[in-house]
Amino acid sequence: MDAAFFRDWMTAAAAVVETQRDHLTQLDAAIGDADHGINMARGFGAVTVALEQKDAPTPGAVLTLAGSTLISKVGGASGPLYGMALRSAGKSLGDVPDADLAALAAALEAALAGVQKLGAAREGEKTMVDALAPAVSALAKALAEGAPADGALAALAAAAAEGAQATISMQALKGRASYLGPRSVGHEDPGAASMALILGALRDVAAQQAP
Amino acid sequence: MKKLINAPDTVVTDALAGVAAAHPSLAVDIENKVITRAGGPTPGKVGLVSGGGSGHEPLHGGFVGLGMLDAACPGEVFTSPVPDQMLAATKAVDGGAGVLHIVKNYTGDVLNFQMAAELAADEGIDVTSVVVNDDVAVQDSLYTAGRRGVGATVFVEKIAGALAERGAPLADVAAVATEVNERSRSFGVALTSCTIPAAGKPTFELGDNEIELGIGIHGEPGRRRAPLAPAAELAAAALDAIHADQPLTGDLLVMVNGMGGTPLIELYLLYNEVHKYLAGKGARITRNLVGNYITSLEMQGFSVTVCRMTDTLEQLWDAPVDTPALRWGR
Repeated sequence: MDAAFFRDWMTAAAAVVETQRDHLTQLDAAIGDADHGINMARGFGAVTVALEQKDAPTPGAVLTLAGSTLISKVGGASGPLYGMALRSAGKSLGDVPDADLAALAAALEAALAGVQKLGAAREGEKTMVDALAPAVSALAKALAEGAPADGALAALAAAAAEGAQATISMQALKGRASYLGPRSVGHEDPGAASMALILGALRDVAAQQAP
Repeated sequence: MKKLINAPDTVVTDALAGVAAAHPSLAVDIENKVITRAGGPTPGKVGLVSGGGSGHEPLHGGFVGLGMLDAACPGEVFTSPVPDQMLAATKAVDGGAGVLHIVKNYTGDVLNFQMAAELAADEGIDVTSVVVNDDVAVQDSLYTAGRRGVGATVFVEKIAGALAERGAPLADVAAVATEVNERSRSFGVALTSCTIPAAGKPTFELGDNEIELGIGIHGEPGRRRAPLAPAAELAAAALDAIHADQPLTGDLLVMVNGMGGTPLIELYLLYNEVHKYLAGKGARITRNLVGNYITSLEMQGFSVTVCRMTDTLEQLWDAPVDTPALRWGR
């Protein structure tokens, strides 16, 4: 997976958050302040522009540029958290011109570590971590079992989607939803939902490019 | 929902252009979204920077000026601003005596201001941050993101601003800001939700006879839903919650704040109820504000903020201030 692959992933992520912006906004209206879809669409739109206008010759550079752009454009909690996730992943990928599945898995683990360090969320607190953490585990497991890339990424995306659904029954302990306490139960977390969409885009780009 | 806008995407920039045109005392960088005093930083004075989502006007841009903020960073509606803004603001207000960041306690505000403070430190600017968390509606526990920063932000900006204007050092300005935060408590009640321009419909629905108790300032639901009641009962509900957390005694600064959609006649009516309630507790209101100071677009509702005063804090409150939203003493 070269820089072009990672650009395609970011572009696909931008497309899916744009088509799903109203849905994400609605999720955020239920337990937040109704701006998640708007913010993510704006941020990833800016990522697409930045990737067109700026040089990012390696996978690491692509994700680092995307992360920095999100920090500068999104605001809220999502900007720093998604920004940190992508910057951490980018840093993990270093300078290599091509990343294999193991390098991608390590990068996503670094993303998770970065998010958890910044936001201090653990699994079960109804956040983006509840989509990212199971996804990282599923990818590691698939890798260990010798699954091919598209199968492994399908497992990643499926685990993220399930993780996002699992947030429905959780009570929010972090972020704006936590102000609602028990009233946050019964609603999917918007950050987990957007994370599942972004990891789904990764699976889709890999599947399209499979030989 | 009818709004006086041109298009949802340009609300913030169009409004900032209006602020710039209306207030020559302000320098408004519309592209970078930073509002500063037109005269620039005061050498030797601590610079005060705050910021947050747009939609709470006059907070924070309306409080930039002599005796209060040096800079405000407006984000997108109800969205924390980004580190770039706070860094630019910090550099713009640095008079060589350090900079105070006044940060409302929301995850986004805290994270973005934290990143900005680190970047500013990298550039050699001395930054101290004070987090405002006066809202009693959220039970402060390990199980939430902590108490929200609401009305006390206005008190902190005014009182810390006054001390900074006297030339006090950064540590002292930060200390008084912290003291005001610790002496202040707030509670809000909504009669309606509000509509974010880009979302097009209210963030939550309240029935004709319903109110929301313990609201924040972003249209997010609060502690619980309840039936509409007379103003006296709503004032009592708010003040009971505050009193349970921090007993209301002595000399008080009280703000009865409109959420944006409530007429002044109702805010004064509420102030009467607040005044009677506090007299009943044996407390004395020595300073007050009644009006729209920290709003939530067109939400109908109010918040009460109470600060237990000292002589020093009263002197700082009375100190001259010259901003679009607060002006006295000159």
